[in-house]
Amino acid sequence: MINFIGNRRKAYILSSILVLASLISLAINGLNLGIDFTGGTVLHLNLGEDFSMEEIEAVIAPFEEVQGATIQIVRGRDLSGELTDEGLVLKAPYIEESRRDALMAAFRDRWPKLDPADLRIESVGAVVGGELTRQALLSLAVAIVLMVAYITFRFEFMFALATIAALLHNIIIVIGVFSILRMEINVPFVAAILTVFGYSVNDTIVIFDRIRENIKHKRKSDYAEVVNQSINQSLMRSINTSLTTLFVLIALLFGFIYYIGSVDLVVFVVALILGVIIGTYSSIFVASPLWLNLQDLKFRKAGRKAA
Amino acid sequence: MKPAIKTGPLILLIVVCLLIFLSGYQAFYHAADREVGIKRGLDIAGGLYVLLEAVETGDQELDEDAIERAITVIRMRVDELGVAEPIIAAQGDNRIRIELPDLEDVEQARNIIGRTALLKFIGPDDVEILTGANLIRARAERNPEATPYPYVSLEFDQEGARIFAEATGKFLNQPIAIVLDDEVISAPIVRAVITDGKATIEGNFDFEEAANLALLLRSGSLPVELRELESRLIGPTLGQRTEEVAVYAAGIGLILVILFMIIYYRVAGVIAGVALIFYLSLVLWALNYLPTTLTLPGIAGLILSIGMAVDANVIIFERIKDELRSGRTLRSAMESGFQRAFRAILDANVTTLIVTIVLFSLASGPVRGFAVTLFIGIICSMFTAIVLTRLLMRLTFKAGLIRSGAYVGVKV
Repeated sequence: MINFIGNRRKAYILSSILVLASLISLAINGLNLGIDFTGGTVLHLNLGEDFSMEEIEAVIAPFEEVQGATIQIVRGRDLSGELTDEGLVLKAPYIEESRRDALMAAFRDRWPKLDPADLRIESVGAVVGGELTRQALLSLAVAIVLMVAYITFRFEFMFALATIAALLHNIIIVIGVFSILRMEINVPFVAAILTVFGYSVNDTIVIFDRIRENIKHKRKSDYAEVVNQSINQSLMRSINTSLTTLFVLIALLFGFIYYIGSVDLVVFVVALILGVIIGTYSSIFVASPLWLNLQDLKFRKAGRKAA
Repeated sequence: MKPAIKTGPLILLIVVCLLIFLSGYQAFYHAADREVGIKRGLDIAGGLYVLLEAVETGDQELDEDAIERAITVIRMRVDELGVAEPIIAAQGDNRIRIELPDLEDVEQARNIIGRTALLKFIGPDDVEILTGANLIRARAERNPEATPYPYVSLEFDQEGARIFAEATGKFLNQPIAIVLDDEVISAPIVRAVITDGKATIEGNFDFEEAANLALLLRSGSLPVELRELESRLIGPTLGQRTEEVAVYAAGIGLILVILFMIIYYRVAGVIAGVALIFYLSLVLWALNYLPTTLTLPGIAGLILSIGMAVDANVIIFERIKDELRSGRTLRSAMESGFQRAFRAILDANVTTLIVTIVLFSLASGPVRGFAVTLFIGIICSMFTAIVLTRLLMRLTFKAGLIRSGAYVGVKV
């Protein structure tokens, strides 16, 4: 049996460092918010033939609003591995409709083979972007409240607290990694974070179910051993489930990087992969030991009251 | 003494598995069909999503009626484009949401729907003569002998024809400006009095542009000015390529998961594999027949759920192994393993269900679609693990294909 509980201090230190680093990066760097949050315009075009960065710059030179836009070259492949997409992704502040049309006309002029079926033109005004952020935060808050209620009902309040603490720990670290790496986030990222949310809780609850079962007829002084035993009993399940989930996610990651070359989807899958790894880690090393400490606190408080 | 393989349960087992494979095969090919299969969101099928906001301009009151009339005008324009299942709906007090799936030319559609298209004829004294309200016909035409450029021919109603005749008489040999949305398109000099109510708009446009202009004029001008809040144009090819890659990745992920399960859990792993295929066909059928739309995050959620769907099986198998290690017989270990695993599966999944329900109620757009997909996935995976895995385990045991702990991966 591995002694998780005895070594919990190490895990707490590691987690504290990760959370702290995430929070510091969030405070200093903030997040690289995409157009879904901030508003802006993205063009993803298939120019149909080879091009150079200089040529792109020449075409967009007359357009003031795209000065300072980020330009990226993407190469997509079809399923046989053949290069099919001579792609360009341009991200700029919000471009008005008529100017967008003019910009597209300029691209068509220079690259007549530009494929009208293989493109993406997304424009989001600043108003809508703010709404998305509010919506995401509200969903998160409501989900947390409901979950605390359910876990308290099925287990008890300390389990709910430990679950939510581990959950926030996971979300902060995933968001922190994106802040540190300056990776751009958009709507799919919100979906990914919410999935991580579900996955973490799911993973934690299975271990808590073991604790709930093993703890019956046990004295307070045996709790540490019971928790350790429960983690060990659930260990193979935790590892196997995260492995099977990672298998599919990694297949998806390679697919998106190799064939599509688009960054948004890659970000989505990376967030999920990170979430699964951190979620599994936190169920074992954070949530369960934390429950033990919370129990300690509770008993000590009760003891003081009695005395 | 080892019990022999029993033919009765074995045949039943084989039949059940065959049915599952068949259903999986059916479900996959049905779902993959872009015509009748799962309804795809704009990010996969390609199409246009626009959110417009009516702007207060002073001379037009902004009320429910104005929004309704604006929606009617937009619907007429969209119908002329021939879109199969357009969604044009009011959102909140002053917003209009438009979703047009399966468009070949997304840019053309975008250019047509939001234009105010207020047509005016203005005399040289800057006085308005006529507006598009008196128009009864507008058509793009070509007359190669007279001019290389296509033009739009117009026809006014009786009242319009009368006013137009009067004006052309008054401004003979002077220019009359044809103005669309405050932009002068052409300003022809009046050469003769026009009494039949017919006019043409000539400009430096190609035939498609002329046709679009005619379409706009036919459907009338919008009663309010609409400002774009959000617009997403996705060409059909890009979405299709993404879908292909995702399906491909799902296939590879599925094979990896099944292989892993078989290596680790032996015969039980094979059962988990069969259950996984059943799970997938269940989800695909559900997505097919429920009024849901599959978006790209939804597909990713679905693929993720392949990994997570085996979770319930893993919980059950690990429980059975525990029970075996504590000295129970195979039969009782299986039964009590299922019973003990049930509570963990239920609680773990209900908490995740809560997240999906919250998302469904509070979120919009692709995140909402994602929540529905995840919800369906969780329900199906619970059903599969609790009902099907159990059935298959019993049958396999009865058929004599599981005879000891070693068959489910317990080291003896």
